[in-house]
Amino acid sequence: MRSYEYLKPTSLKEALELLGRYGEKAKLVAGGTDLMVQWKKKIISPEYVISLRNVPELSFVTYESDLKIGSATTHRTLELSPIIREHFPILLDAVSNLGSVQVRNSATIGGNICNAAPSADTAPPLLALDAVAHIAGPQGERTMPIAEFFKGPSRTALASGEIVTHFSIPRPSPNTGMAYWKHTRRKAMDLPILGVAVLLSFGQDGKTCAKARISLGVAAPTPMRARKAEAYLEGKEVDRGALDEAGKIAAGEASPRTTIRGSQWYREEMIRVLVRRTGLMCIERAKGAAHG
Amino acid sequence: MRRTIRFTVNGDPVEVEVQPHWPLLRVLRDELELTGAKMGCGEGECGACTVLVDGKPINSCIYPVLEAEGKQVLTIEGLVSSENELHPIQQAFLDKAGVQCGFCTPGMIMSAKALLDMNPNPTEDEVRHALAGNFCRCTGYVQIVESVRHAAELLLKNAKQTGAGE
Repeated sequence: MRSYEYLKPTSLKEALELLGRYGEKAKLVAGGTDLMVQWKKKIISPEYVISLRNVPELSFVTYESDLKIGSATTHRTLELSPIIREHFPILLDAVSNLGSVQVRNSATIGGNICNAAPSADTAPPLLALDAVAHIAGPQGERTMPIAEFFKGPSRTALASGEIVTHFSIPRPSPNTGMAYWKHTRRKAMDLPILGVAVLLSFGQDGKTCAKARISLGVAAPTPMRARKAEAYLEGKEVDRGALDEAGKIAAGEASPRTTIRGSQWYREEMIRVLVRRTGLMCIERAKGAAHG
Repeated sequence: MRRTIRFTVNGDPVEVEVQPHWPLLRVLRDELELTGAKMGCGEGECGACTVLVDGKPINSCIYPVLEAEGKQVLTIEGLVSSENELHPIQQAFLDKAGVQCGFCTPGMIMSAKALLDMNPNPTEDEVRHALAGNFCRCTGYVQIVESVRHAAELLLKNAKQTGAGE
Protein backbone atom coordinates (compact mmCIF):
# COMPACT_ATOMS: atom_id res chain seq x y z
CA MET A 1 0.00 0.00 0.00
CA ARG A 2 1.46 3.31 -1.11
CA SER A 3 0.94 5.65 1.81
CA TYR A 4 3.05 7.68 4.19
CA GLU A 5 3.23 8.55 7.81
CA TYR A 6 1.88 12.03 8.47
CA LEU A 7 3.68 13.82 11.29
CA LYS A 8 2.36 16.95 12.98
CA PRO A 9 5.07 18.65 15.02
CA THR A 10 3.89 21.53 17.18
CA SER A 11 7.21 23.34 17.54
CA LEU A 12 10.10 24.23 15.27
CA LYS A 13 12.44 22.18 17.47
CA GLU A 14 10.28 19.08 17.00
CA ALA A 15 10.00 19.69 13.24
CA LEU A 16 13.80 19.94 12.93
CA GLU A 17 14.25 16.75 14.98
CA LEU A 18 11.83 14.82 12.78
CA LEU A 19 13.49 16.15 9.61
CA GLY A 20 16.89 15.18 11.01
CA ARG A 21 15.67 11.68 11.93
CA TYR A 22 14.02 10.84 8.59
CA GLY A 23 16.21 12.85 6.19
CA GLU A 24 15.69 12.00 2.54
CA LYS A 25 12.70 9.78 3.36
CA ALA A 26 10.75 12.82 4.53
CA LYS A 27 9.08 15.76 2.81
CA LEU A 28 8.07 18.97 4.50
CA VAL A 29 4.56 20.17 3.77
CA ALA A 30 2.86 23.41 4.70
CA GLY A 31 -0.42 24.01 2.85
CA GLY A 32 -0.02 20.93 0.68
CA THR A 33 -1.44 22.52 -2.46
CA ASP A 34 1.69 21.56 -4.39
CA LEU A 35 2.79 18.50 -2.42
CA MET A 36 -0.58 16.72 -2.26
CA VAL A 37 -0.95 17.09 -6.03
CA GLN A 38 2.64 15.91 -6.67
CA TRP A 39 1.93 12.87 -4.48
CA LYS A 40 -1.32 12.07 -6.27
CA LYS A 41 0.49 12.27 -9.62
CA LYS A 42 3.22 9.98 -8.23
CA ILE A 43 5.92 12.58 -8.82
CA ILE A 44 7.02 12.13 -5.22
CA SER A 45 6.64 9.19 -2.82
CA PRO A 46 7.90 10.20 0.63
CA GLU A 47 7.71 7.71 3.51
CA TYR A 48 7.15 10.55 5.95
CA VAL A 49 5.33 13.82 5.47
CA ILE A 50 6.13 16.44 8.09
CA SER A 51 3.41 19.07 8.35
CA LEU A 52 4.37 22.61 9.35
CA ARG A 53 0.75 23.76 9.74
CA ASN A 54 0.76 23.34 13.51
CA VAL A 55 4.02 25.12 14.28
CA PRO A 56 2.97 28.51 15.66
CA GLU A 57 6.50 30.00 15.37
CA LEU A 58 6.24 29.76 11.58
CA SER A 59 2.99 31.65 11.10
CA PHE A 60 3.03 35.41 11.76
CA VAL A 61 3.27 38.86 10.19
CA THR A 62 4.96 41.67 12.14
CA TYR A 63 6.13 45.14 11.09
CA GLU A 64 8.48 46.97 13.41
CA SER A 65 11.99 47.88 12.28
CA ASP A 66 11.37 45.55 9.34
CA LEU A 67 8.63 43.33 7.98
CA LYS A 68 8.77 39.72 9.09
CA ILE A 69 6.63 37.00 7.55
CA GLY A 70 6.62 33.47 8.95
CA SER A 71 7.16 30.83 6.29
CA ALA A 72 3.92 28.96 7.06
CA THR A 73 1.81 32.11 6.79
CA THR A 74 -0.95 31.50 4.25
CA HIS A 75 -1.44 33.72 1.24
CA ARG A 76 -4.95 34.44 2.48
CA THR A 77 -3.57 35.73 5.80
CA LEU A 78 -1.25 38.03 3.85
CA GLU A 79 -4.09 39.14 1.54
CA LEU A 80 -6.18 40.17 4.55
CA SER A 81 -3.30 41.58 6.65
CA PRO A 82 -3.68 45.34 7.29
CA ILE A 83 0.15 45.61 7.32
CA ILE A 84 0.45 44.14 3.83
CA ARG A 85 -2.55 46.06 2.50
CA GLU A 86 -1.25 49.38 3.78
CA HIS A 87 2.51 49.14 3.34
CA PHE A 88 3.35 46.40 0.83
CA PRO A 89 1.05 46.65 -2.21
CA ILE A 90 3.57 44.64 -4.23
CA LEU A 91 2.85 41.61 -2.02
CA LEU A 92 -0.88 42.26 -2.12
CA ASP A 93 -0.69 42.24 -5.95
CA ALA A 94 1.00 38.84 -5.79
CA VAL A 95 -1.07 37.07 -3.15
CA SER A 96 -4.55 38.30 -4.06
CA ASN A 97 -4.47 36.64 -7.49
CA LEU A 98 -2.61 33.49 -6.58
CA GLY A 99 -4.84 30.43 -7.05
CA SER A 100 -8.25 30.91 -5.42
CA VAL A 101 -9.50 31.78 -1.94
CA GLN A 102 -9.53 28.05 -1.20
CA VAL A 103 -5.92 27.62 -2.36
CA ARG A 104 -4.80 30.76 -0.53
CA ASN A 105 -6.35 29.48 2.71
CA SER A 106 -3.95 26.53 2.58
CA ALA A 107 -0.95 27.57 0.49
CA THR A 108 1.86 29.41 2.27
CA ILE A 109 4.53 31.90 1.25
CA GLY A 110 7.29 29.56 2.42
CA GLY A 111 5.81 26.75 0.36
CA ASN A 112 5.57 28.98 -2.69
CA ILE A 113 9.26 29.95 -2.34
CA CYS A 114 10.61 26.51 -1.36
CA ASN A 115 8.72 24.73 -4.14
CA ALA A 116 10.90 27.01 -6.30
CA ALA A 117 8.78 27.03 -9.44
CA PRO A 118 9.98 29.62 -11.99
CA SER A 119 6.39 30.91 -11.89
CA ALA A 120 6.13 31.35 -8.08
CA ASP A 121 4.10 34.54 -7.65
CA THR A 122 5.69 35.63 -4.39
CA ALA A 123 9.26 35.31 -5.70
CA PRO A 124 9.53 38.49 -7.84
CA PRO A 125 8.09 40.70 -5.06
CA LEU A 126 10.43 39.21 -2.44
CA LEU A 127 13.37 39.77 -4.82
CA ALA A 128 12.32 43.39 -5.41
CA LEU A 129 11.96 43.93 -1.66
CA ASP A 130 15.49 42.60 -0.92
CA ALA A 131 13.98 39.92 1.31
CA VAL A 132 16.22 37.72 3.40
CA ALA A 133 15.36 34.09 4.11
CA HIS A 134 15.95 32.95 7.68
CA ILE A 135 16.82 29.29 7.83
CA ALA A 136 16.98 26.92 10.81
CA GLY A 137 18.91 23.67 10.59
CA PRO A 138 20.97 21.13 12.50
CA GLN A 139 23.89 23.60 12.68
CA GLY A 140 21.73 26.42 13.99
CA GLU A 141 20.38 29.42 12.15
CA ARG A 142 21.60 31.21 9.05
CA THR A 143 20.32 33.86 6.70
CA MET A 144 20.45 34.18 2.95
CA PRO A 145 19.34 36.93 0.56
CA ILE A 146 16.42 35.60 -1.45
CA ALA A 147 18.40 36.45 -4.60
CA GLU A 148 20.75 33.55 -3.72
CA PHE A 149 18.02 31.11 -2.73
CA PHE A 150 16.87 29.76 -6.09
CA LYS A 151 19.23 27.30 -7.76
CA GLY A 152 17.07 25.96 -10.59
CA PRO A 153 13.52 24.82 -11.29
CA SER A 154 12.37 23.11 -8.05
CA ARG A 155 15.87 23.49 -6.57
CA THR A 156 16.87 25.74 -3.69
CA ALA A 157 19.95 26.47 -1.63
CA LEU A 158 18.46 24.65 1.37
CA ALA A 159 20.71 21.94 2.77
CA SER A 160 19.41 18.66 4.11
CA GLY A 161 17.61 19.09 7.42
CA GLU A 162 16.94 22.80 6.98
CA ILE A 163 13.66 24.70 7.28
CA VAL A 164 12.94 28.27 6.20
CA THR A 165 11.47 29.91 9.32
CA HIS A 166 10.65 33.37 8.01
CA PHE A 167 11.48 36.17 5.62
CA SER A 168 12.60 39.60 6.70
CA ILE A 169 12.10 42.63 4.50
CA PRO A 170 13.69 46.02 5.15
CA ARG A 171 11.35 48.98 5.61
CA PRO A 172 11.17 50.83 2.27
CA SER A 173 12.24 54.49 2.19
CA PRO A 174 9.38 57.06 2.19
CA ASN A 175 9.18 57.93 -1.54
CA THR A 176 8.81 54.39 -2.78
CA GLY A 177 6.40 52.86 -5.26
CA MET A 178 6.16 49.10 -5.75
CA ALA A 179 4.02 46.83 -7.91
CA TYR A 180 3.78 43.28 -9.22
CA TRP A 181 2.17 42.51 -12.54
CA LYS A 182 1.00 38.94 -13.06
CA HIS A 183 0.51 38.46 -16.78
CA THR A 184 -2.12 35.76 -17.29
CA ARG A 185 -4.87 34.79 -19.67
CA ARG A 186 -7.45 34.75 -16.87
CA LYS A 187 -7.57 36.47 -13.50
CA ALA A 188 -7.69 33.47 -11.18
CA MET A 189 -6.48 29.88 -10.99
CA ASP A 190 -3.73 30.49 -13.50
CA LEU A 191 0.04 30.51 -13.51
CA PRO A 192 1.69 33.63 -14.86
CA ILE A 193 2.92 33.75 -18.44
CA LEU A 194 5.25 36.32 -16.93
CA GLY A 195 5.60 37.93 -13.53
CA VAL A 196 7.12 41.39 -13.30
CA ALA A 197 7.91 43.16 -10.04
CA VAL A 198 9.25 46.71 -9.91
CA LEU A 199 10.22 48.83 -6.92
CA LEU A 200 11.35 52.44 -7.35
CA SER A 201 12.56 54.65 -4.50
CA PHE A 202 12.88 58.34 -5.27
CA GLY A 203 15.11 60.98 -3.72
CA GLN A 204 13.87 64.08 -1.91
CA ASP A 205 13.10 65.82 -5.22
CA GLY A 206 10.58 63.06 -5.85
CA LYS A 207 12.00 62.46 -9.34
CA THR A 208 15.51 61.05 -9.18
CA CYS A 209 15.56 57.30 -8.74
CA ALA A 210 17.64 56.42 -5.69
CA LYS A 211 16.98 52.69 -5.86
CA ALA A 212 15.48 50.49 -8.55
CA ARG A 213 14.55 46.84 -8.38
CA ILE A 214 13.24 44.89 -11.34
CA SER A 215 12.57 41.19 -10.92
CA LEU A 216 11.06 38.66 -13.25
CA GLY A 217 9.24 35.35 -12.95
CA VAL A 218 9.00 32.74 -15.74
CA ALA A 219 11.75 34.66 -17.56
CA ALA A 220 14.60 32.27 -16.72
CA PRO A 221 15.06 28.87 -14.99
CA THR A 222 14.67 30.69 -11.67
CA PRO A 223 13.01 33.94 -10.58
CA MET A 224 15.62 36.60 -11.38
CA ARG A 225 16.64 40.22 -10.92
CA ALA A 226 17.33 42.32 -14.01
CA ARG A 227 20.36 44.02 -12.49
CA LYS A 228 21.51 45.90 -15.60
CA ALA A 229 18.06 47.40 -16.05
CA GLU A 230 18.04 48.38 -12.36
CA ALA A 231 21.46 50.05 -12.68
CA TYR A 232 20.26 51.91 -15.78
CA LEU A 233 17.41 53.55 -13.83
CA GLU A 234 19.31 54.44 -10.67
CA GLY A 235 20.39 58.08 -10.60
CA LYS A 236 18.03 59.00 -13.44
CA GLU A 237 14.79 60.91 -13.55
CA VAL A 238 12.45 58.05 -14.31
CA ASP A 239 9.84 58.66 -16.99
CA ARG A 240 8.13 56.59 -19.64
CA GLY A 241 11.15 56.77 -21.94
CA ALA A 242 13.57 55.62 -19.25
CA LEU A 243 11.27 52.76 -18.30
CA ASP A 244 10.99 51.77 -21.97
CA GLU A 245 14.77 51.50 -22.15
CA ALA A 246 14.91 49.60 -18.84
CA GLY A 247 12.36 47.16 -20.26
CA LYS A 248 14.53 46.55 -23.32
CA ILE A 249 17.57 45.95 -21.13
CA ALA A 250 15.61 43.60 -18.85
CA ALA A 251 14.36 41.62 -21.85
CA GLY A 252 17.98 41.22 -22.94
CA GLU A 253 18.98 39.91 -19.51
CA ALA A 254 16.17 37.34 -19.40
CA SER A 255 16.28 33.91 -20.99
CA PRO A 256 12.66 32.81 -21.25
CA ARG A 257 11.65 29.52 -22.81
CA THR A 258 8.95 28.71 -25.30
CA THR A 259 6.26 26.77 -23.42
CA ILE A 260 2.57 26.05 -23.75
CA ARG A 261 1.78 29.37 -22.04
CA GLY A 262 3.87 31.57 -24.29
CA SER A 263 6.76 31.65 -26.73
CA GLN A 264 10.22 33.02 -26.03
CA TRP A 265 9.63 35.87 -28.48
CA TYR A 266 6.31 36.81 -26.87
CA ARG A 267 7.77 36.73 -23.38
CA GLU A 268 10.69 38.96 -24.37
CA GLU A 269 8.30 41.44 -25.96
CA MET A 270 6.08 41.40 -22.88
CA ILE A 271 9.00 41.94 -20.49
CA ARG A 272 9.66 45.15 -22.38
CA VAL A 273 6.02 46.23 -22.17
CA LEU A 274 5.39 45.13 -18.60
CA VAL A 275 8.52 46.62 -17.07
CA ARG A 276 7.38 49.97 -18.43
CA ARG A 277 3.77 49.48 -17.35
CA THR A 278 4.68 48.24 -13.87
CA GLY A 279 7.25 51.01 -13.51
CA LEU A 280 4.58 53.60 -14.33
CA MET A 281 2.40 52.04 -11.62
CA CYS A 282 5.29 52.48 -9.19
CA ILE A 283 5.56 56.19 -10.05
CA GLU A 284 1.82 56.61 -9.39
CA ARG A 285 1.97 54.67 -6.15
CA ALA A 286 5.02 56.59 -4.93
CA LYS A 287 3.05 59.82 -5.39
CA GLY A 288 0.11 58.33 -3.51
CA ALA A 289 2.39 57.14 -0.71
CA ALA A 290 4.04 60.58 -0.41
CA HIS A 291 0.67 62.34 -0.18
CA GLY A 292 -1.01 59.65 1.88
CA MET B 1 -1.07 2.70 9.50
CA ARG B 2 -4.71 3.56 10.23
CA ARG B 3 -5.35 6.20 12.82
CA THR B 4 -8.48 7.24 14.63
CA ILE B 5 -9.22 10.94 14.66
CA ARG B 6 -11.98 13.17 15.98
CA PHE B 7 -13.41 16.33 14.56
CA THR B 8 -16.75 18.08 14.19
CA VAL B 9 -18.85 17.89 11.03
CA ASN B 10 -21.86 20.16 10.73
CA GLY B 11 -21.95 20.53 14.50
CA ASP B 12 -21.77 16.81 15.25
CA PRO B 13 -18.66 15.24 16.75
CA VAL B 14 -17.36 12.36 14.61
CA GLU B 15 -14.72 9.72 15.16
CA VAL B 16 -13.28 8.04 12.09
CA GLU B 17 -10.53 5.60 11.28
CA VAL B 18 -8.43 7.05 8.45
CA GLN B 19 -5.34 6.42 6.37
CA PRO B 20 -2.78 9.22 6.72
CA HIS B 21 -2.79 10.06 3.01
CA TRP B 22 -6.54 10.43 2.71
CA PRO B 23 -7.84 13.85 1.84
CA LEU B 24 -10.74 15.21 3.86
CA LEU B 25 -13.10 14.83 0.88
CA ARG B 26 -12.68 11.06 0.84
CA VAL B 27 -13.64 10.80 4.48
CA LEU B 28 -16.64 13.08 4.07
CA ARG B 29 -17.97 11.21 1.05
CA ASP B 30 -16.94 7.59 1.58
CA GLU B 31 -16.80 7.23 5.37
CA LEU B 32 -19.40 9.76 6.54
CA GLU B 33 -21.66 9.48 3.47
CA LEU B 34 -21.87 13.25 3.05
CA THR B 35 -21.85 13.30 -0.74
CA GLY B 36 -22.71 16.99 -1.19
CA ALA B 37 -19.10 18.04 -1.70
CA LYS B 38 -18.03 16.70 -5.08
CA MET B 39 -14.84 15.19 -6.47
CA GLY B 40 -14.12 17.19 -9.60
CA CYS B 41 -10.50 17.64 -10.63
CA GLY B 42 -8.94 16.18 -7.47
CA GLU B 43 -6.14 18.75 -7.68
CA GLY B 44 -7.53 21.88 -6.06
CA GLU B 45 -8.35 23.56 -9.36
CA CYS B 46 -12.14 23.38 -9.72
CA GLY B 47 -13.59 24.03 -6.25
CA ALA B 48 -16.37 21.40 -6.46
CA CYS B 49 -15.07 19.92 -3.19
CA THR B 50 -15.14 23.21 -1.26
CA VAL B 51 -16.04 22.92 2.43
CA LEU B 52 -15.33 25.24 5.35
CA VAL B 53 -12.76 24.31 7.98
CA ASP B 54 -13.03 26.59 11.00
CA GLY B 55 -15.03 28.94 8.79
CA LYS B 56 -12.51 29.11 5.94
CA PRO B 57 -13.15 27.63 2.50
CA ILE B 58 -10.62 25.01 1.40
CA ASN B 59 -10.36 22.42 -1.36
CA SER B 60 -11.12 19.24 0.57
CA CYS B 61 -9.75 17.03 -2.23
CA ILE B 62 -6.19 18.06 -1.32
CA TYR B 63 -6.70 18.88 2.38
CA PRO B 64 -5.06 16.19 4.53
CA VAL B 65 -7.76 14.68 6.73
CA LEU B 66 -5.31 14.55 9.64
CA GLU B 67 -5.26 18.37 9.61
CA ALA B 68 -9.01 18.35 10.31
CA GLU B 69 -8.36 16.77 13.72
CA GLY B 70 -10.08 18.86 16.39
CA LYS B 71 -11.51 21.30 13.86
CA GLN B 72 -15.02 22.34 12.79
CA VAL B 73 -15.94 21.21 9.29
CA LEU B 74 -19.01 22.62 7.57
CA THR B 75 -20.39 20.99 4.43
CA ILE B 76 -23.40 21.86 2.26
CA GLU B 77 -25.47 19.35 4.30
CA GLY B 78 -24.87 21.50 7.37
CA LEU B 79 -26.61 24.54 5.90
CA VAL B 80 -30.14 23.13 6.11
CA SER B 81 -31.88 24.26 9.30
CA SER B 82 -33.13 21.89 11.99
CA GLU B 83 -36.66 22.50 10.62
CA ASN B 84 -35.35 21.11 7.30
CA GLU B 85 -35.57 24.48 5.59
CA LEU B 86 -33.10 25.53 2.94
CA HIS B 87 -30.48 28.08 3.91
CA PRO B 88 -31.11 31.51 2.33
CA ILE B 89 -28.09 31.02 0.05
CA GLN B 90 -29.54 27.74 -1.21
CA GLN B 91 -32.94 29.39 -1.68
CA ALA B 92 -31.31 32.26 -3.58
CA PHE B 93 -29.64 29.81 -6.00
CA LEU B 94 -33.09 28.31 -6.72
CA ASP B 95 -34.79 31.72 -7.04
CA LYS B 96 -32.18 33.10 -9.44
CA ALA B 97 -31.53 29.93 -11.45
CA GLY B 98 -27.96 29.66 -10.17
CA VAL B 99 -28.17 25.88 -10.65
CA GLN B 100 -27.84 24.15 -13.99
CA CYS B 101 -26.40 20.62 -13.82
CA GLY B 102 -25.74 21.18 -10.13
CA PHE B 103 -22.31 19.58 -9.84
CA CYS B 104 -20.51 22.80 -8.91
CA THR B 105 -23.37 24.13 -6.77
CA PRO B 106 -22.36 22.82 -3.31
CA GLY B 107 -18.88 24.30 -3.77
CA MET B 108 -20.26 27.58 -5.09
CA ILE B 109 -22.60 27.85 -2.12
CA MET B 110 -19.87 27.10 0.43
CA SER B 111 -17.60 29.75 -1.13
CA ALA B 112 -20.55 32.16 -1.08
CA LYS B 113 -21.18 31.31 2.58
CA ALA B 114 -17.58 32.13 3.50
CA LEU B 115 -17.78 35.41 1.59
CA LEU B 116 -21.10 36.51 3.11
CA ASP B 117 -19.95 35.60 6.63
CA MET B 118 -17.08 38.06 6.19
CA ASN B 119 -18.69 40.61 3.89
CA PRO B 120 -22.52 40.69 4.14
CA ASN B 121 -23.04 43.06 1.20
CA PRO B 122 -20.44 42.32 -1.49
CA THR B 123 -20.11 44.07 -4.84
CA GLU B 124 -20.22 42.05 -8.04
CA ASP B 125 -16.41 42.23 -8.25
CA GLU B 126 -16.08 40.95 -4.70
CA VAL B 127 -18.40 38.04 -5.49
CA ARG B 128 -16.40 37.17 -8.59
CA HIS B 129 -13.10 37.37 -6.66
CA ALA B 130 -14.46 35.12 -3.89
CA LEU B 131 -15.89 32.54 -6.33
CA ALA B 132 -12.95 32.59 -8.77
CA GLY B 133 -11.85 29.14 -7.57
CA ASN B 134 -15.20 27.51 -8.34
CA PHE B 135 -15.65 26.38 -11.92
CA CYS B 136 -19.08 25.96 -13.52
CA ARG B 137 -18.71 23.94 -16.70
CA CYS B 138 -22.28 24.78 -17.67
CA THR B 139 -20.83 28.34 -17.55
CA GLY B 140 -23.86 29.82 -15.78
CA TYR B 141 -21.76 32.40 -13.99
CA VAL B 142 -24.06 35.39 -14.48
CA GLN B 143 -26.91 33.67 -12.63
CA ILE B 144 -24.51 32.41 -9.96
CA VAL B 145 -23.29 35.92 -9.22
CA GLU B 146 -26.90 37.14 -9.17
CA SER B 147 -27.77 34.30 -6.79
CA VAL B 148 -25.05 35.30 -4.34
CA ARG B 149 -26.09 38.95 -4.39
CA HIS B 150 -29.73 37.90 -3.91
CA ALA B 151 -28.60 35.70 -1.01
CA ALA B 152 -26.95 38.74 0.55
CA GLU B 153 -30.27 40.62 0.31
CA LEU B 154 -32.18 37.72 1.88
CA LEU B 155 -29.67 37.40 4.72
CA LEU B 156 -29.67 41.13 5.41
CA LYS B 157 -33.49 41.14 5.43
CA ASN B 158 -33.54 38.18 7.84
CA ALA B 159 -31.01 39.91 10.08
CA LYS B 160 -33.17 43.06 10.17
CA GLN B 161 -36.32 41.07 11.00
CA THR B 162 -34.53 39.17 13.74
CA GLY B 163 -33.14 42.46 15.04
CA ALA B 164 -36.63 44.08 14.98
CA GLY B 165 -38.13 41.17 16.88
CA GLU B 166 -35.75 41.51 19.79
